[in-house]
Amino acid sequence: MTAMNKAMSGEMSQAAPDLKGGDGNDTKSILLVGVGGQGTILASKILTIGLMEAGFDVKMSEIHGMSQRGGSVSSHVRYGRKVCSPVIEKGTADMIVAFEKMEALRYLDYLKKDGILVTNSEEIPSMSVITGQEAYPNDVLEELAKSCRNRVVKAAAMAAELGNPKTANIILLGTIIKSMGLEGIDWDKILEGNIKPQFVEINKKAIKVGMQAV
Amino acid sequence: MKKLMTGDEAIARGAYEAGVLFASAYPGTPSTEILENISGYEEIVAEWSPNEKVALESAIGAAVAGARSMVSMKHVGVNVAADPLFTWAYMGVNGGNVIVTADEPGMFSSQNEQDNRNYAKAAKLAMFEPADSQECLDMVKAAYELSEGYDTPVMIRMTTRVCHSKSIVEPGERVDVPIKTWEKNPAKYVCLPAVSRKLRVKLEERLQKLAAYSEESPFNVVELADDAAASCVAAAGQSVAGQSAAGGSDAAEVKKRIGVIASGISYFHAKEVFGSGVSYLKLGFTHPLPAGMVKSFCEGLDKVYIIEENDPYIEEFVRRQGVNCEIIGKNVFPSYGEMTSDVIRACAFGEKKQVFTPDAGKVIARAPSFCAGCPHRGLFYRLGKRKDIMISGDIGCYTLAAGAPYKAMDSTVCMGASISVGHGAQKVFNMTEKPRRVVTVLGDSTFLHTGVNSLINTVYNNSNTVNIILDNRITGMTGHQQNPGSGYNAKGEPAPMVNIEELVRAIGVKHVKVIDPNDLSAVDDALDECLKLEEPSVIITRWPCALKKFSKEDKAEFSPLFTTRNKVDAERCIGCRACLRCGCPAMSYDAASKTVVIKAEQCLGCNVCAQICPKDAIVKA
Repeated sequence: MTAMNKAMSGEMSQAAPDLKGGDGNDTKSILLVGVGGQGTILASKILTIGLMEAGFDVKMSEIHGMSQRGGSVSSHVRYGRKVCSPVIEKGTADMIVAFEKMEALRYLDYLKKDGILVTNSEEIPSMSVITGQEAYPNDVLEELAKSCRNRVVKAAAMAAELGNPKTANIILLGTIIKSMGLEGIDWDKILEGNIKPQFVEINKKAIKVGMQAV
Repeated sequence: MKKLMTGDEAIARGAYEAGVLFASAYPGTPSTEILENISGYEEIVAEWSPNEKVALESAIGAAVAGARSMVSMKHVGVNVAADPLFTWAYMGVNGGNVIVTADEPGMFSSQNEQDNRNYAKAAKLAMFEPADSQECLDMVKAAYELSEGYDTPVMIRMTTRVCHSKSIVEPGERVDVPIKTWEKNPAKYVCLPAVSRKLRVKLEERLQKLAAYSEESPFNVVELADDAAASCVAAAGQSVAGQSAAGGSDAAEVKKRIGVIASGISYFHAKEVFGSGVSYLKLGFTHPLPAGMVKSFCEGLDKVYIIEENDPYIEEFVRRQGVNCEIIGKNVFPSYGEMTSDVIRACAFGEKKQVFTPDAGKVIARAPSFCAGCPHRGLFYRLGKRKDIMISGDIGCYTLAAGAPYKAMDSTVCMGASISVGHGAQKVFNMTEKPRRVVTVLGDSTFLHTGVNSLINTVYNNSNTVNIILDNRITGMTGHQQNPGSGYNAKGEPAPMVNIEELVRAIGVKHVKVIDPNDLSAVDDALDECLKLEEPSVIITRWPCALKKFSKEDKAEFSPLFTTRNKVDAERCIGCRACLRCGCPAMSYDAASKTVVIKAEQCLGCNVCAQICPKDAIVKA
């Protein structure tokens, strides 16, 4: 039985996607946001391959080009029986994972009512902050808490503890897996097939650390 | 085996499966990955051309000689290639030819958002518009059959969301297509007026045949309203496509009399909003458009929504057919930007799903900036401090110098324009009492694209501009593609290398300086010297892009090649923050210690900041 079938027959965890079929409204939407260079693209690649192998229709959209140069980046991931648009509509994301806290605030308008927000506590100053044109506000997390329940994750510290700061993106992927009820997918196998052998073991641990963090 | 592919990867896969033997391109977002992926197939000759005109002409030659060929470019690249494009349509093909244009509704990485469907119409080409990656692959294969069957070049119009979105693709096998025989045929391939007058008539005949194909194309499909979905949504009492639903079967009937006509990605965005309860005419073959299909689709409908990005290309066609139903198009939807579900919903129904509105005052801007170690930093930091000059810029990462903290760019038009726009400006400034001096700036790849022609003009017409070529040894902004000056080709094999210094001397520039842009006094000295001249000059700033995979030639020529790091000596730092004005993302001000700190994991030791510090507080780590 594929993970999608399991999900549809209610055998997965209680957070399993509720796939009713019909008018395209079973599609789930996850938005990954961050700063160029934080690894959002790899995290969404692993996520989408896992979803595809579990039998879901999957679409992902991201913007390349000038945004690579330290700009704000976003990856839209959508999955279900049959996905139409690859782009998430504002106010409809089931989950937002912000790799940097200011980016959570920037994209908060994509989250649906009762949607899940996970924010990495990392703070990356933009060029306007570095050159002194703007100040980085010190109450970003408080501002987020005004709108919705925000699960703050210290992914950078957890990654350092694991022994490789670059695993922060996979820790954040772990928070998605747990929050969206995707534990039924064999993520170890997906990692083995898609990243360099020497990084597989540490990233398997990173996913588990992330799952425990939310 | 099923695979997740971007549209660009699927186009490349389609070219492979269709038996393409020759592919050419100039990099440009969002089209770049097409040729990058094609270059991985050893059966296909894959080339980076110096510009899009050359790329198309090479693909024309390959097709005339009998092979299936592909050329890909971003939307503005078609402007460069437009000269051969229009006459190529007259000639027709031998081996099939496909031209991929990647348009940018929303302008994520472009200077305009022109709608290149107008090119298919103006040049009288057949055109496909894929909506997802599987269609990219299928349409490429169909395009080659059509190209050879109807003796026409075929355009495939992509958009950013099709190019860069991933969706599931079922790849197939490659079919080897033998090279067709070339025969001398001046009545087809030599476009003299007498020949072209005959080909012009044939072109109209071909368009009529293609219009008939359009009516039967498997890529133009009607999806009738799903009864169940129509009544399900209607019964729930939701507003149905602008009609207030009374509930029950009446509302379902109303909904079934609503239609949507859409092409490309707009079809999927529309389906999110309208669901399955309305009927769709999904258009994948969009030049020529199917008149009969449009008329019969609209019959019996009360209202038809036409969802398309940018120009009212389909809408104008539908209106000309004199259909009886109400047409909702650009009178309601914008002719700019993307037609995402949010935009459709807001324009058609005045609704939005957004629930959270963050305090805009708390959201700081995060624009892209020069990377740590970027060789453009030193040059623009000093250039931006010059008064009484105009800086004529170009297309590349260095266009970011227009913003803070450098503010070192006064115009940007298109590829190669810096030198020629600067030339015209200098000629006029020279007519004034106190002539302002013009400095032009462009990259190595942009110089070889079309900047060379402009520099010939500057010398020939006796100008005195200062022209800076930022030679970072690669095509940077699009993600590191080789070019004729980099010493390698699209397949990564060693290739002859243009010597830019010798080239500009051969053009007739007598004053040429090659400098290290990380050396601020060398930048100042070169500018001082060149700005005094009454003749044109060229400054070549030669240092590799910090993100580049360095070649053995780079390692031999440049030292230290990002192997050192800088740090701040906190004892000597007075917290004046002068160094931060070089705009380096590795640096920040620490309010607690009142000193600047350099992130060791980001710093690449370019040393620009150390030369700015008035207290010599920035040292090697």
